[in-house]
Amino acid sequence: MTQALPMAGAAANANAAGLSKNDYRGAPSTLCLGCGHNSIASQIIAAMYELNVIPEDVIKFSGIGCSSKSPTYFMSRSFGFNSLHGRMPSIATGALFADYRLKGIGVSGDGDTASIGMGQFKHMMRRNVDMVYIVENNGVYGLTKGQFSATADKGLHLKKQGENPYMPIDICMEALASNATFVARSFAGNPKQVKELLKAAFAHKGIALIDIISPCVTFNNQENAVHSYAWGKDHEEPLHEISYIPPRNEIVLEREMEAGEVREVALHDGSVVALKNLEKGYDPTNRYEALRAMEDAQRNNWLLTGLLYLEPEKPDLMSHYNLVDTPLNRLTEAELRPTTDMINKVNELMF
Amino acid sequence: MNKIANDFCITVGTKNGSGSSTANTTILRSIFKMGIPVSGKNLFPSNIQGLPTWYTIRVSKDGYIGRREENDIVIAMNPDSFARDLASVHPGGVFFYADDIKQPITRADVTVYPMPIKSIVRADANIPSDFRDLVGNMVYVGVLAQMIGMDMEKILAALTFHFKGKQKPIDMNFNALKAGAEWAKANLEKKDPYYLESMNKTDGLIMADGNTAGALGSIFGGVQFAAWYPITPATSLAEGLNEYLPKLRKREDGKHTYAIVQAEDELAALGMVVGAGWAGLRAMTSTSGPGLSLMTEFAGLAYYAEVPLVLWDVQRIGPSTGLPTRTTQGDLTFTHFIGHGDSQSVILLPGDVFECFEFGWKSFDIAERLQTPIFVLSDLDMGMNQWMSKPFEYPNQPMDRGKILWEKDLEELKGNWGRYLDVDGDGIGKRTFPGNKHPASSYFTRGTGHDAYARYSEEAPVYVENMERLRKKHETAKLYVPAPVFHTTKGATVGILSYGSTESAIFEAQAQLEKEHGLKSDFMRVRATPFTKEVDQFLAKYDQIFVVEMNRDGQMNQILLMEYPQFASKLKSVAVGDGLPASAKWIREGILAKYVKTGVAKKKPAAKKKPAAVVKKSPVKKSAAKPSSSKAKKSAVTSKSKKK
Repeated sequence: MTQALPMAGAAANANAAGLSKNDYRGAPSTLCLGCGHNSIASQIIAAMYELNVIPEDVIKFSGIGCSSKSPTYFMSRSFGFNSLHGRMPSIATGALFADYRLKGIGVSGDGDTASIGMGQFKHMMRRNVDMVYIVENNGVYGLTKGQFSATADKGLHLKKQGENPYMPIDICMEALASNATFVARSFAGNPKQVKELLKAAFAHKGIALIDIISPCVTFNNQENAVHSYAWGKDHEEPLHEISYIPPRNEIVLEREMEAGEVREVALHDGSVVALKNLEKGYDPTNRYEALRAMEDAQRNNWLLTGLLYLEPEKPDLMSHYNLVDTPLNRLTEAELRPTTDMINKVNELMF
Repeated sequence: MNKIANDFCITVGTKNGSGSSTANTTILRSIFKMGIPVSGKNLFPSNIQGLPTWYTIRVSKDGYIGRREENDIVIAMNPDSFARDLASVHPGGVFFYADDIKQPITRADVTVYPMPIKSIVRADANIPSDFRDLVGNMVYVGVLAQMIGMDMEKILAALTFHFKGKQKPIDMNFNALKAGAEWAKANLEKKDPYYLESMNKTDGLIMADGNTAGALGSIFGGVQFAAWYPITPATSLAEGLNEYLPKLRKREDGKHTYAIVQAEDELAALGMVVGAGWAGLRAMTSTSGPGLSLMTEFAGLAYYAEVPLVLWDVQRIGPSTGLPTRTTQGDLTFTHFIGHGDSQSVILLPGDVFECFEFGWKSFDIAERLQTPIFVLSDLDMGMNQWMSKPFEYPNQPMDRGKILWEKDLEELKGNWGRYLDVDGDGIGKRTFPGNKHPASSYFTRGTGHDAYARYSEEAPVYVENMERLRKKHETAKLYVPAPVFHTTKGATVGILSYGSTESAIFEAQAQLEKEHGLKSDFMRVRATPFTKEVDQFLAKYDQIFVVEMNRDGQMNQILLMEYPQFASKLKSVAVGDGLPASAKWIREGILAKYVKTGVAKKKPAAKKKPAAVVKKSPVKKSAAKPSSSKAKKSAVTSKSKKK
């Protein structure tokens, strides 16, 4: 058992679940210092703590790659499955059937999702599996020491690879095209937005994709690269400021909302995502708008962040199956094996 | 002319997609209901409509239902295969054909019956014009029924079953069939020797296909999750789950205790099954060779992360896409070694429809007990064709869920446990499932190196210890997999070892070898790997052991050579991989080609034997070196089956 080590000096401030932030921590990270992925893991810990989530109610999933190592670095008390390269969606889809009360948090990378795992990724979007799907997107293969991924910009230079001749894949656009019900983009250098999006994603019933640009400090942090800190900071165009408001009217806005229109979108559990529009009257429930906004951002070289699309009402995968109230993995022989008289019925059904 | 009763083959040549399967199944079922042992095999192309397809029915009063290579009665309905069909009739046999096919009859050594199918169908005003071709198939059934003596009542019973009691199609088809019979009665003179005569040899038996049996068995095994991707010849197994789960696991509240997902490919299918099996569900998938190739990476993960699941491979012949609609036992070594790195598979080898059902439920018990994937290797012939079978039997033991820890178990252990800790010394650790609320319940599963507590580790001793434990677990598997089935003959001097659907053809070959060559054999049908102690004993017992299987390379023989190098000199591979079900002919000829006649049976074998070469050529073509002095005593085969 990996045990979370208590952080020196951290106050054990219990949340409504009676847990301290330490109860949400994982093993120490083995990723590079300054890696955007570590910052995201911290925000997952913070979001889960603030949402009063019981760690045993979460299953962590990942594929293979730097990003996929990170579930080890948060929530040690949750079950986890570090699976195969590009195959996290299928593992998660099967596992979540075992107990419908559990929520999945999947962490993938741009190689894991947009290259080897594109097929499974899109089918997971289409099936609306009830889980948060985080892509820690740095445009590069880190563990194999610096090759282009499918999200790398055309014309980007890497030391051993030369110039990337191919057009990049936009993960959010792929998700939307595949009928995902929650599509967001963020930037690891904007922790507040990452956390608010994580909270909203967790409250969403269905698949919640968050593509987080997470610069690779070792192999791809050139000033001109889209997946770098410098570029991200300069080009980030937040669609809106976002606040997640949990049910029971506990409105916790960390900062005063500025003047301007605030649009609220209710989630299935009664919680609300509040979006403060920065520019235009952006409507995240309008699929056409979302596609247009992404296309505009591409043409203008913007890193468009925020909640791009939300469809809170669409039934999730499990709801199509009319499952019994008891979690499937707690059913016993009495419920699973037909009674003895059924064997005669079966033999009669044969010729 | 000597009458030949209940011992012949009928082959029907039609166009794929012409609706002949109802007609052919009706012939099969009617003969079965007449109490005569019978089998039916569909030899179909990978095509939806238009290409030639054949259906072969073996009628055997002696109960030999393996494939026979001679066609006694051929019914030709397809102009495209007419010449080939005519040429295929055994001398002295019978050729029925639709008389609208205007092609020359080039054989004088067969009885020929032309059938005016089209005009008979047109004469019935009740048949809508777009149904004429379909119903036309029933006319040849009627003509055949009249000429060989099929029982009309049994035919009606077969049609009633097929159309689930719906009167309109039953009437339309039965009327066309009767019209064919009446026409034959009035116009054809019986000139051939073939007759059906009612028997009672099928009393109490059922007819089913292996895929349906596998699906039903899985349901009695409590299957909770299945993910699959369509592929011939495995599709009907998953569809069997879809069809029978709602009937057999119906609840008063209308809710479901299972979920079935049609995945986007076989990778995802097995991935979902690994996820579900890991999280505590009885999970399965079904596929065939090309799908199994795709599933390889997940099979390796499931082996190493120790996830129980059941994987049915209904084998079709490869390599690659191969012959998608032809049968084989060609996936054995692939399954045995599946995945990169050192790995060992537990494989179940059902031999008939009854065992498809039995292994359907048993495989889940073994999977959960051993916490490993269980591969069940069926084949197209067993899976898709209708077979006579004993009725399915209710599981004779309660479910074995293996070693599982829930909240109260963890409380008793005070949270001290390790997922891969071998506390019982059998190589098997204890599992917890997501949803367990105990704060010490969780662990992190991975396909990377891990220690007994499921923590990441790249340390050499930790890795080796884990791999050695997995090896120990594979030894433990021998206690749980099904033992072989034996069919012994008094005075047997050689052994025959096989597996899967070859059994009936081997029985027939054994009888022929004894009758015609005085060669008596004991037969062991292996039902699983790893091999149990009964296999060790059988191999030790005989000087010559013929390993019979349906593939080119003799894959079971290859595995035996590795597992039992001390017996290498006496293992003789009899292997044919041509996509067709095993026949007694090639088994007999293959055994004779390899048989070494020793002076006195059972005397000092080891010294004389030269080391056996792994023979790769097809034994069939060799016209066997026949043992000269084999006019041996003809004692009856005492073929008794004792299951251990």
